[in-house]
Amino acid sequence: MSNQIERFEDPGLPAHIHRNADSDPLAAKRAERQVAILFLLSAVGTVLTIVSYIYVKSDRYVYLPIMGSTNLQQILLGLGLTASTLFIGLGAIQWAKKLMPDQEEIAERHEFRSEEVDRNDLVATFRERAESTGLGRRSLIKRSLGVSLGLVGLSPLLLLRDTGPLPKKFFTTTDWAAGTRLLLDPAGTPIKASDLEVGAVAQVLPELPAGTERTLENTGKDAVLLIRLRPEDFNLDAQRLSWTHEGIIAFSKICTHMGCAVALYEQQTHHLLCPCHQSTFDVTRAAKVIFGPAARPLPQLAITVDADGYLVAVQPFTVPIGPSFWERNSSNG
Amino acid sequence: MKTSQRAAGATANYVDERTGAAKWLKKNLTKVFPDHWSFMLGEVALYSFIILLLTGTFLTFWFDPSQREVIYNGSYMPLSGLHMSAAYDSTLRLSFDVRGGLLMRQIHHWSALIFMSAIVAHLFRVFFTGAFRKPREFNWLIGVGLLTFGIVEGFLGYSLPDDLLSGTGIRIAEAILQAIPVVGSYLSFFAFGGAFPGTAFIPRIFIVHVLLLPGLFLALITIHLMLVWYQKHTQYPGPGRTEKNVVGYPLMPVYMAKAGGFFFVVFGVTAFLGAVASINPIWLVGPYTPGQISAGSQPDWYMGWLDGLVRAAPPIETHAFGHTISWNILIPGLILPGILFTGMALYPFIESWFTGDKREHHLLDRPRNAPNRTALGVTSIVFILITIVNGGNDIIATHFHLTINGIMWFTRIGLFVIPPIAFVITKRVCLSLQRSDRDLVLHGRETGRLVMMPNGEMVEVHEPISDAKKWTLTQHQRPEALPAPLPESATVGLKGKLRARMNRAHATQIPAPTLTDLKELGEGHH
Ligand code: HEM
Ligand code: FES
Repeated sequence: MSNQIERFEDPGLPAHIHRNADSDPLAAKRAERQVAILFLLSAVGTVLTIVSYIYVKSDRYVYLPIMGSTNLQQILLGLGLTASTLFIGLGAIQWAKKLMPDQEEIAERHEFRSEEVDRNDLVATFRERAESTGLGRRSLIKRSLGVSLGLVGLSPLLLLRDTGPLPKKFFTTTDWAAGTRLLLDPAGTPIKASDLEVGAVAQVLPELPAGTERTLENTGKDAVLLIRLRPEDFNLDAQRLSWTHEGIIAFSKICTHMGCAVALYEQQTHHLLCPCHQSTFDVTRAAKVIFGPAARPLPQLAITVDADGYLVAVQPFTVPIGPSFWERNSSNG
Repeated sequence: MKTSQRAAGATANYVDERTGAAKWLKKNLTKVFPDHWSFMLGEVALYSFIILLLTGTFLTFWFDPSQREVIYNGSYMPLSGLHMSAAYDSTLRLSFDVRGGLLMRQIHHWSALIFMSAIVAHLFRVFFTGAFRKPREFNWLIGVGLLTFGIVEGFLGYSLPDDLLSGTGIRIAEAILQAIPVVGSYLSFFAFGGAFPGTAFIPRIFIVHVLLLPGLFLALITIHLMLVWYQKHTQYPGPGRTEKNVVGYPLMPVYMAKAGGFFFVVFGVTAFLGAVASINPIWLVGPYTPGQISAGSQPDWYMGWLDGLVRAAPPIETHAFGHTISWNILIPGLILPGILFTGMALYPFIESWFTGDKREHHLLDRPRNAPNRTALGVTSIVFILITIVNGGNDIIATHFHLTINGIMWFTRIGLFVIPPIAFVITKRVCLSLQRSDRDLVLHGRETGRLVMMPNGEMVEVHEPISDAKKWTLTQHQRPEALPAPLPESATVGLKGKLRARMNRAHATQIPAPTLTDLKELGEGHH
């Protein structure tokens, strides 16, 4: 034998294997009946849908295993729709599998690349046509067209300018000011230190000037969490300690990571946890970040009591609350 | 001729005289489509998109995309009298007071999940079989586009009802906008028409969700399918299948019946899920307000990887010159996803660059026969899976009694360590599968029957495999199927060295057996 390597050869398409229904008229009849039954089941599904839409009361609930209490009409409509679509599909597939020709066919492919002459022709024609515009020679037209095409996109961009106002001071301010009362949310009532037991948490909002309505935009910046600890649990510097009142400490509730509400307080560890990405803040150490992606502590609000004994803010927040933004000056927290 | 036949003939004539469609149809009615279960993944995506169009249109008849405040007085008692947005109110109305409304909401949401899953599975099929190679790079790019826009569309969809969960998602999206250097706070104000949450955002994303993106999907899907039609489908290697032909069932009637039937099956299955499996029960969490949150907030799975990346990010910000840059948001939220998706989009071009292979490919690779590519695919999947695990770290922690801290460190380290290990293992598995193919061709199939040799030794009887199977297992190393080695000149310089290195890695193969090998073995043995 020569030293040439012999390879396996493509044996070609395997011979067609006949199905029962191809040769046996009885099997074919049976397949036909199966298909018909499937199609009819679909019709039954449609009837079920219609009947449950018209005759089943919308407020009837039934108890089903696993699913629990379930609206009867919704589930019957759903099962009706399921049957009416699924069985059409199963019928059609059964039909194709059992009764339609199952001989595989071969089609030729063609290469996508055009013939060389056609490609050359195209290039020549394109050149010639482009030449006829004189774009290559008339540089004045070329440049001015360049300028206008470059600029024309500006108008739609400009027109989008009024999609919103400018942020101005929005990101750096809140409605907290010196003397603002803390109102319980959602009750809207002022709160005294004695209303809060050690270990308790309350959400408060600033009292707004009379006649101003509270909006979600305000709440999104103003929400504050009050937590009462035993004063000896704090581990704060003198200034921050002076911002607390009888063991009550106040933090912005808006996460400094991406703005979720930091809502989970663990009494034993004095940790505040944000459920969005699990940033964890240590309440005893002025909400220092001890875990997770947040890079800054929750801003602390200095609080005290007014003449009537109600809790009030001593001053506005000293740093912007919430997530970071380009203009935020973070040099002092 | 029957009347019906005559009418059909007349209609066909009428149309053809005005369009000349007969010639095109004649050719295409018998167009051949190869059959394989993995070719149905793209179909599932297409059919779920149609289901989304149908159910979504139904929802628009009742859904009120407005953040105007209303007081709820519908039939779900626990929320009675509460202030909420019209969007949330109308979604409650859809769920409790519109017959079939809850069903349609649930079918819509389930088909969104199926749509995204099918796109991803389809993308894997295309990747692992090398179907993206020339001439199908355009369709790969369109696919990556559909995946990207699908993620956005899904996110906008579940942001519409304005319940506590979806509002939280929007809040996070706002923080990403806000974190973009220089223009962030302006972009946020423009997007929200002012401060978050405002009243402009839901009406705006509504029109994107129901008009802009669906229109874009329609256009992209149309081009995608036209290209499939025109370029003809790829096929798996096997007897009778070559680069020059396509073997399969004709459009009329078999493929029409199967594909049409399959649409109804997908619809039926989705309807069944919508009927029995509750999804996004928005009435349980209440209306959105920025001061509250529901524990265990989870996005849909196709956003989970992003959430997991964000959760794993270390708390790094740059504070300088009166400005703040949030790397903890920018890197996991924008930069990494940008790199991942760009890399994915460019992969066909990168592969053809380092293999130097510029030929058309219509026969698919068996994944084991492209060990490097398969390993790269598995590596990416493993990477994404780790991020998804971390996206559910709170839920996993409570279920499996782990600490969130532990899972996060596992993620932070694992993201760098585990994917490379997965690469090495996958590549080895591929090569050993190739080896077992080789054994199969040379020594045949183990039958499990033992016979005793004259010398008392027990040996297992091997049965030769069919010629068809031999061909299938060896055809990938036909000389004309292997790419030519890179020219010397293409491998100089840093870029050239890299190219040569990748080229070599990609070319690692166990030599496929030949007839000569088989014959020599026969002469030696028996
Ligand atoms: C690829 C396409 C689409 C995806 C991935 C998608 C996804 C979603 C998702 C996940 C929801 C939340 C459903 C819920 O749990 O309440 C939703 C809501 C909605 N979608 Fe789509 N959707 C798509 C296309 C469409 C189309 C084409 C329309 C309309 C023509 C539409 C109309 C709506 C409406 C009105 C809602 C809000 C009503 C509600 O939430 O109950 N969607 N979408
Ligand atoms: S928003 Fe609080 S941790 Fe991300």
